[in-house]
Amino acid sequence: MAYTFRFRDVLAQQDAILDGLIVTIELSAVTITVGFVFGTLVAIVLLYGRPWARAIARSYVEVIRNTPLIVQLFLIFFGLPAIGIKLDVMTASLLALSINLTAYTAEIVRAGFESIPKSQIEAGISLGLTGPQIFRHVVLLPALKNVYPSLSSQFVLLMLATSVVSQISAADLFHAGSIIQSRTFRDFEVYTVISVLYLCLTLLMRGGFRLCYMLMFRR
Amino acid sequence: MIRELALLDVYYLVLAVRWTIALTLLALAGGSLIGLLVAAGGASHHLLPRLLALGYVGLVQGIPLLAWLFIFYFGLSIVGYDLPPLIAATVGFSVYAGAFLGEIWRGALIAIPRTQWEAGTAIGLTYIEQLRHVIIPQAVRIAIPPTVGFLVQLIKNTSLAAVIGFVELTREGQMTTAATFQPFAVYLLVAALYFSLCYPLTRYSRVLEGRRRGVR
Repeated sequence: MAYTFRFRDVLAQQDAILDGLIVTIELSAVTITVGFVFGTLVAIVLLYGRPWARAIARSYVEVIRNTPLIVQLFLIFFGLPAIGIKLDVMTASLLALSINLTAYTAEIVRAGFESIPKSQIEAGISLGLTGPQIFRHVVLLPALKNVYPSLSSQFVLLMLATSVVSQISAADLFHAGSIIQSRTFRDFEVYTVISVLYLCLTLLMRGGFRLCYMLMFRR
Repeated sequence: MIRELALLDVYYLVLAVRWTIALTLLALAGGSLIGLLVAAGGASHHLLPRLLALGYVGLVQGIPLLAWLFIFYFGLSIVGYDLPPLIAATVGFSVYAGAFLGEIWRGALIAIPRTQWEAGTAIGLTYIEQLRHVIIPQAVRIAIPPTVGFLVQLIKNTSLAAVIGFVELTREGQMTTAATFQPFAVYLLVAALYFSLCYPLTRYSRVLEGRRRGVR
């Protein structure tokens, strides 16, 4: 093999890498927050909504879960301006990612709600808890505990999926990679360095979620 | 030159579905080979294969699929193979699918109670016979619904092959957009085509899941 690996050129661009890393973290944090809140709301509609609201929520979840994220992103960033809605790169990215994650979160949280046995709710009623109290203490928190593993791995997958926004040139970590690539022509080294950083983010997130679990649910 | 979105464009988009399906099947074949190894390693009683399987899954699932595609696309050309995008995409998606399928199948293998193995031993079956007649038939039944579910993920993710220039549905959509400048209609159609591929599989996976629960 006549190829010599030169990581130095790539690592010299650490400012660009750091900027990208921060954007990736921001994108992930905002999307996860929005996706979690709205996903839980959609899950509530899926289970307890009126029939028409349920039908809308169900169609939304199925359409998003059965089409690729990159197509959703292209539709929002390239498609919407054609019908008069113009969004800048970051707004379009956040919108596409949030719409995507909300659908996945809704489906997971719904499964969590369904995992609560009816007898638990009846026990809550017989203890004289009010509706909101039952929802909060008997349904929501135990449900979230039950689906915590799938929810947290969905969030990690989302963080990795944010790399797709580089395709509409949002300035995330992956996009920093392609900029450095065009500056240094060190394709392989660039994407190795970027991959290692994503791997570190993944490990940090997994560790963080495990810690949160112990803090929140250990009684 | 900008032209109108014609019926011919729609026809070409529908034709591009072939390449999405072809790439999915290639990745499924490659991913199954790797997945079997990962599942066997992960369910092994020895520490080393278990660690290797765990490391492989952790590594693959910790890096974006987009990065894997770029690494194989650029990496393999460094080693001296000037690869067409189809090969690079197949390798990249196989590596990716292998990790997820391996995890699914490992879960199915270890879900079979130890007593089933012991029962096999008790009636005098060899290790291979135990696997063949006792363990695998039960494990397959557990593994099929999530495997079909993952197939949906795989179909959707083949859209990322567009970024290394492989012409499948999404890339065809990009090219049609460039020619007709009708991104909204084109991407809506692309999304509809993906949906018509994925939704039946999603439903099917749910039916299988329900049937399995019913049996128990």
